[in-house]
Amino acid sequence: MAKATAKPRRGPVRILIAKPGLDGHDRGAKVVARALRDAGMEVIYAGLRQTPEEIVRAAIEEDVDLVGLSILSGAHMALFPRVLRLLKREGASKIPVFAGGIIPDEDAKRLRRLGIRAIFGPGASLAEIVQTAQRLARGAA
Amino acid sequence: MSPRRARAASEGGPAGDRRALARAITAVETGADGADELLRAAFPRTGHVPIVGIAGPLGVGKSSLINLLVGHLRDMGRTVGVIAVDPSSPFSGGSVLGDRIRFDRPAADAGFFFRSMASRGAPGGIAGTTRDVARLLEAAGFSVILVETVGSGQVDVAIRDVATTRVVVLVPHLGDEVQTLKAGLFEIADVFCVNKSDLPGADVAERDLAEVASMGPAPDGWRPRIVRTSTLAPSGVPELWRAIEAHERFSADSPGRLADRRRRLEEEIVGRVRDLVAEEAATRLRTEPRLRRLVDRVVAHELDPRTAAERLLAEGRR
Repeated sequence: MAKATAKPRRGPVRILIAKPGLDGHDRGAKVVARALRDAGMEVIYAGLRQTPEEIVRAAIEEDVDLVGLSILSGAHMALFPRVLRLLKREGASKIPVFAGGIIPDEDAKRLRRLGIRAIFGPGASLAEIVQTAQRLARGAA
Repeated sequence: MSPRRARAASEGGPAGDRRALARAITAVETGADGADELLRAAFPRTGHVPIVGIAGPLGVGKSSLINLLVGHLRDMGRTVGVIAVDPSSPFSGGSVLGDRIRFDRPAADAGFFFRSMASRGAPGGIAGTTRDVARLLEAAGFSVILVETVGSGQVDVAIRDVATTRVVVLVPHLGDEVQTLKAGLFEIADVFCVNKSDLPGADVAERDLAEVASMGPAPDGWRPRIVRTSTLAPSGVPELWRAIEAHERFSADSPGRLADRRRRLEEEIVGRVRDLVAEEAATRLRTEPRLRRLVDRVVAHELDPRTAAERLLAEGRR
């Protein structure tokens, strides 16, 4: 029998949503997870109190196209760079990382320079977040 | 994926290249080029370790239970691969895969690999590629594979053909003993697990299940074991594993189970042929002018779809 025409298929976008550090609730992250689901993505929801090591391990094992970090506690300057460093150590620095939460503008600037691809504050719309996630997952800048 | 990459992936198990293994799983899951090669390389190294299916309704505590089971197995020095399946939305195709939350293995534990899978439209409580992903994990060297199904309805029994031992997890107060007589999920259990057995009613649930287990003369002589567990104040997990192992030992030299294994692999071959033929037919119908005219005639109701299908197949054999 003739071989079926080979066509590389892409599955749905896979995205890890995690909350590094000691935040008390994850309402915002859940709302975002749901919106990404409704946009057709497979959302691996790792939830609260994740260490950077756990987050990077999940990103590798789940072979995600991108990582979304949510944080409210104020520890972003300690935790986000560590996630980026560990991804790099695993040879996975190409996986884009974006973030949301309570992050002062000044910190946001520095985090972008370190390689966080997009940062959303409390006023961000879900549509905006979903569009950015889709763009990052496609490998666009 | 190159054969070299495929080999790297199939060696990416405990202490191996986890990233290569994770990518191999994605390739198989999406049917990407190279997936066949990966599975060809993996298959000869499979068929030897327990593949334990954990099924049961939504919210009975499957993930938490598997987390404890993983802890128990790791303490015994076994390496464990877990596949946790959650449903894809029939509307958007998206999904939230939330089983990882229940797991508390240290991030540095190399003897443990966890992968979430979306069902991607497959009926039956697992994804169409779950069996192949389990093979990749086994070929990578994990010595026990645990597969958590979608929170099952009564007929989500696809795990039957993937697992070597099937555990059906229930909780007290799911219904009276008539529920346990119904067809479907109850029929596939090698082990029944009454989870949340710290709750009142566990005795009744256990008694009802014992009745199911003792009722039918099992065709191959295996009577489902019943185990009580709790994940709140962890209890019963070593007993659960012993029950699973007892079934694995039984299966190893049961003629019925061997025949069953042969039947499953036959079905898998037939299923693969069906997929390949269907894929080829779909492509040809769209691209070959003569076959397009065949479709035109069906659209005009001059020819019926069955006859058209026969002609298409006949053309393929030329």
